[in-house]
Amino acid sequence: MIAAYLPFWLFVGVLAGIYIIMSLGLYLQFALTGLPNFGHSAFMSIAAYSMAIAVIRFGVSLPVASVIGLMMAAAFGLLLGIPVLRLSGDYLAIVTIAASEIIRYLAINMQDLTGGSIGSLGMGGADDLSAYSMEWDQLLVQISTTLSLEGKFGSDRDLIMLLIVWALALLCLCAFWFMTRSPWGRLLRAIREDEVAVFAVGKNVVGYKLQVLVIGAILGGLGGLLLAFQIGVFSPDDFLPTLTFNCYLILILGGTNRIWTIPFGSILFSLIYSGTRFLNFYPISLIDSGDRAYLRLFIVGFLLIAINALRPQGLMGNRRELMIDS
Amino acid sequence: MWEQLAQLVVNGLITGSILSLTGVGATLVFGVQRVPNFAHGDYLTIGAYVGFYINVILNQSLLLAAASSLVSVACLAVVIHLGLLRPLRGRGTVAISIITVGLGIMMRNSISLMFGAQNRIYAVNQSEVVTFGFIRLSPGQTMQVAVALSVAPLVAVFLARTRVGKSMRAVADNRILASISGVDIERIGLYVWILAGSMAGLGGFMLALGQGPFGPGLGAAPLFLIFTTVILGGLGSAYGALAGGLLLGLAMEVATWDGLAGGIDSKYKPAFAFLFLILLLMFRPRGLFGRSVVL
Repeated sequence: MIAAYLPFWLFVGVLAGIYIIMSLGLYLQFALTGLPNFGHSAFMSIAAYSMAIAVIRFGVSLPVASVIGLMMAAAFGLLLGIPVLRLSGDYLAIVTIAASEIIRYLAINMQDLTGGSIGSLGMGGADDLSAYSMEWDQLLVQISTTLSLEGKFGSDRDLIMLLIVWALALLCLCAFWFMTRSPWGRLLRAIREDEVAVFAVGKNVVGYKLQVLVIGAILGGLGGLLLAFQIGVFSPDDFLPTLTFNCYLILILGGTNRIWTIPFGSILFSLIYSGTRFLNFYPISLIDSGDRAYLRLFIVGFLLIAINALRPQGLMGNRRELMIDS
Repeated sequence: MWEQLAQLVVNGLITGSILSLTGVGATLVFGVQRVPNFAHGDYLTIGAYVGFYINVILNQSLLLAAASSLVSVACLAVVIHLGLLRPLRGRGTVAISIITVGLGIMMRNSISLMFGAQNRIYAVNQSEVVTFGFIRLSPGQTMQVAVALSVAPLVAVFLARTRVGKSMRAVADNRILASISGVDIERIGLYVWILAGSMAGLGGFMLALGQGPFGPGLGAAPLFLIFTTVILGGLGSAYGALAGGLLLGLAMEVATWDGLAGGIDSKYKPAFAFLFLILLLMFRPRGLFGRSVVL
């Protein structure tokens, strides 16, 4: 019974791990520093697209291309941050949501560069089915032969992906757990609570905000790269603005102000998200399977409102540390 | 070349009037209620689908469809205000932003569940062309122009001349001063949502009418243009949004004019608007007509 569903659970696990990394970026920006980034999907998309374009169109090797992808995400963070971070948070929310819409629009319309709505498959031109993940797949195969797994745990590929993604996710969580407890982290909390006071003691508030925006963008970009490796082929539809709000839901599910609740939120979210395809009892069975995607998103929207309204500190959050501009 | 410019100006005024009307609602909602409404685009979508239901499924006239869009979205805005946003007031703008985002996601996907994801179109002949001098319009666009020419001045007069309109601007401008001058803030707050909802409903109808085929993402895509309009006019400034919308609409269309060193490719219009927004925030963050102090 469990074995039959193992590939599915592996997939859910990989997804949850990727979401941890994406949400961690948002945690630093939103929960820690109070920067409402509503365009996290733009950073994921930019990293994935830059990586794929570098590999497919310029023949760059995958590690270098991945670094380029992360750098592009960071650069985009700077591009948005420099004009906007001097202003109040509402402006950042507006500009980032606009950015996510624009990046998606450009990805669809700059066909020569991005492959248009076909996505990565069309990047190399019309009669060439391009792939960017060959080197990554080779790496996975190499690891699985070294470990001599031979399919004992369902899909080798997903299992190794799971290990890599979770190792990266836990590494990032640990690193940023230490950083948020450092003076740097305290300063960011102070910015969230009272920007003027921090400015008054002589700290460069805009500079710190910019740091956080860029670090968050890189983490978002890393999540985007991992997502691209996992799905093998991507199109603009894989980086819908909804991704951003899935991450918000993860933060809110876990509790917005504790870093260790992010894995909890990610797993819970992935279960809710993937589990809805198994719901087959009466009122839901009226909705045919093609429409279930809308139902899932509807639930995401509903939970965003319900948890924010009823339990703003999240399921496991710290109520005392819930002061963002209230 | 000059004919093209005239055509672009007309197109720009059409887009601009939609942005103006919806932008006035969004900016007043922000000024009076302190709600950055990230679901505003989806209010437009609901207006468009109500219009579609009346016009195509119930087979009624476009005028009735426009009126129904306007009334039903106004009602919806009031229900959401009283049922959700007013009880949650005081949670801070960031929490309210996320709540409106959630609301938008729910509205968008409810429409997908009810009407399906396929494109819909109003019962107007999109291939027919109406010619005025050297300007060519589709019947849908002609109706857009007619609606814009009749509604936009009405809104401007309403804001400038009526007691309620003046009170709205007063509350958006300085809440405390308006309150001690005897303006009933609660009542004005409700009226602002009625205005914003009806303009969003009408805006959605007009957007769908001009665009032709539309899907559940109709309003979410131009949401950032509505916000750009709001910032362009200065957050909370009603006249600013009226002028800002027209300006943005014109700028986006005229940027594609051949006379401007060939103009930009029209598919990059939204990217141009985004660049416009970034430059605006760098050099005039309080909008072109904004006051020196942001709320």
